[in-house]
Amino acid sequence: MATHFVIDGLKAEIEGKEILKGINLEIKGGEIHAIMGPNGTGKSTLASALMGHPKYEVTAGSASLDGEDLMEMETDERARAGLFLAMQYPSEIPGVTNSDFLRSAINARREEGNEISLIKFIRQMEGKMKELEMNPEFAHRYLNEGFSGGEKKRNEILQMMLLDPKIVVLDEIDSGLDIDALRIVANGVNAMRSEDRGFLIITHYQRLLNYITPDFVHVMMQGRIVKSGGPELAQRLENEGYDWVKEELGIQDETVGQA
Amino acid sequence: MSTQLTTPTDRNSAETLARGKGEPDWLVSLRGEAAELAGTIEWPKPEKVRIERWNLTAVGSYETPAAVASLAELPANVQELVAEGTENLLVQRNSGVVWKQLSAELASKGVIFTDLETACREHGDLVKPYLFQAVNKDEDKLTALNAAIWNGGVFVYVPKNVEVELPLQAVLFNDNAGATFAPHILVVAEANSRVTYVDCVVTDKSKANGEFVHPAIVEVFVKPGALVRYGSVHSLGEGGVDMTIRRAVVENDGRVEWIIGDLNDGHTLSDTKSVMKGQGSTSDVKVISVGNNAQQMSLTTRAVHFGKSSDSNMITRAVMRDSASAIINGITKIEHGATKANGVQTERVLMLSPKARGDANPILLIDEDDVTAGHAASVGQVNPEQVYYLMSRGISRQDAERLIIYGFLAPVVSEISVEAVRNQLQRLLERKLEG
Repeated sequence: MATHFVIDGLKAEIEGKEILKGINLEIKGGEIHAIMGPNGTGKSTLASALMGHPKYEVTAGSASLDGEDLMEMETDERARAGLFLAMQYPSEIPGVTNSDFLRSAINARREEGNEISLIKFIRQMEGKMKELEMNPEFAHRYLNEGFSGGEKKRNEILQMMLLDPKIVVLDEIDSGLDIDALRIVANGVNAMRSEDRGFLIITHYQRLLNYITPDFVHVMMQGRIVKSGGPELAQRLENEGYDWVKEELGIQDETVGQA
Repeated sequence: MSTQLTTPTDRNSAETLARGKGEPDWLVSLRGEAAELAGTIEWPKPEKVRIERWNLTAVGSYETPAAVASLAELPANVQELVAEGTENLLVQRNSGVVWKQLSAELASKGVIFTDLETACREHGDLVKPYLFQAVNKDEDKLTALNAAIWNGGVFVYVPKNVEVELPLQAVLFNDNAGATFAPHILVVAEANSRVTYVDCVVTDKSKANGEFVHPAIVEVFVKPGALVRYGSVHSLGEGGVDMTIRRAVVENDGRVEWIIGDLNDGHTLSDTKSVMKGQGSTSDVKVISVGNNAQQMSLTTRAVHFGKSSDSNMITRAVMRDSASAIINGITKIEHGATKANGVQTERVLMLSPKARGDANPILLIDEDDVTAGHAASVGQVNPEQVYYLMSRGISRQDAERLIIYGFLAPVVSEISVEAVRNQLQRLLERKLEG
């Protein structure tokens, strides 16, 4: 069955403040969608709410992947159903090596007794690390501990590659990356493009979209998608900023839930 | 009603039992005195843990040990703790030792590795000067109780200049909660000798379901220039109360290394102390612990410095789940005259549930100016962001917490140089976390 991801009227709040005010979005396998928008408009909240971050409460709507509502599931079930979120700020887990973590994540998707063999796992991991130009020693380092910003982002992409998800959400994957790292990360994403996989790229900036060409671009303000278009929309936002969008829609303050 | 007894033994029964086992007179009278003392003195009073609320009187009655003809007769979960191919092994089941072997090579070098009861009968001259010298029988009701009723046990004697390469291993287990299970372990390492002793203290949980007390004492004597590595992992059943006092006396340039895994399912009082008597003597202590359910634990490490230029390091890391609680005390005492001594300690507690409790109490008591000392302590809840992150990769909550626990304990476990201890710790840790 072709991948089909539908977000329908999704509302979410944090500490009683509503941030997402009804998000509607449909992503089919093979499509790349970008969500752009200034800071504080709810973009990252969307990513966190989809994955089930404990601080966010979904109050209405659904997000279904191939007909199954992810919002009814625990975070780990969402992941096993095929959702992947590359996080803006990945956690550091002291004492747990990157490779132990990756192997646990892969085995979580397999039946007991059918765990991936160590040799096969190492071969896969080393292959992907090479593609991402990662130093092999990162396999044995504690998960994200002492990684630079760019190393953490590459490690997120490594996980994406090894876990083979159906829907990939990249939350500000480009922030804090120099141009070389940006190219490597973008190559990683492009290598994963497939008819079975949809992408949702959340970003402030157009520059990532120079490397990964989206099929659809959406602008988020005040916790809603206020404008959608093709790749040319991203280009115009890069050249002219967001003021023309605000003007067109009569928006004074684009942010949501700010104190 | 056994719960109403304040003292689970008396002079007459302790002496009768000792005579019945053919123990030497000096031991019979030691036991008699201790039994009488046990009736008059108080239980130890650890910080913030009221052990008198635990069931401390279920000492059970002596069960005559029946030696096994082969290790295959032991329960499977005991067999799997035995290091493969070991030639130096002792097994205590309930009240006595049922298996012991020592390689001919070590025996020919004069190494003694036997149960303490046998040692008292056959090597009284070597045992008597040390037994209840590091720990006095009259310190409290616990030490007196052990002195009165101890059984089985281990005696390790390493002659001068002898280096024992492979670890000596003991497995002490109970599978009958009604049987007295009170080992006493005595290690004597003569000048410039080296030895590694490793034990597991476990309950066969399929058999011993009732309540029991495990009052145990460990005494280690490290003579000048000697090195003793002592690894011990406890995994006693839920109905058990483990009270274990460990003490080492270290002479000039001697070194003791303790590795303790307190992984019981029941209440635990664990107190490990190194007395650095000699100049240049050193001590290293690593303790890890995991608490489940409503377990209460008092985990104490102590270093006492008398010797000049003596050095101690103590680390305790504990994970508390459910409504378990742990009070962790680290006490570094530097006596007057112990110039250039250095004492360092760290206690860390990770709590996995809002109902779990952990207290870390680092204490430095310093009576000398020319020393260095340091401590660090932290108590914290598991970070929900970390659990979320791991779960976002498809790992279940249970596995995510397990990874975080292993990660928290890893800096201690990975530093353990004795492979046999590391493996046993790993195995019993898994048993505890899967439990």
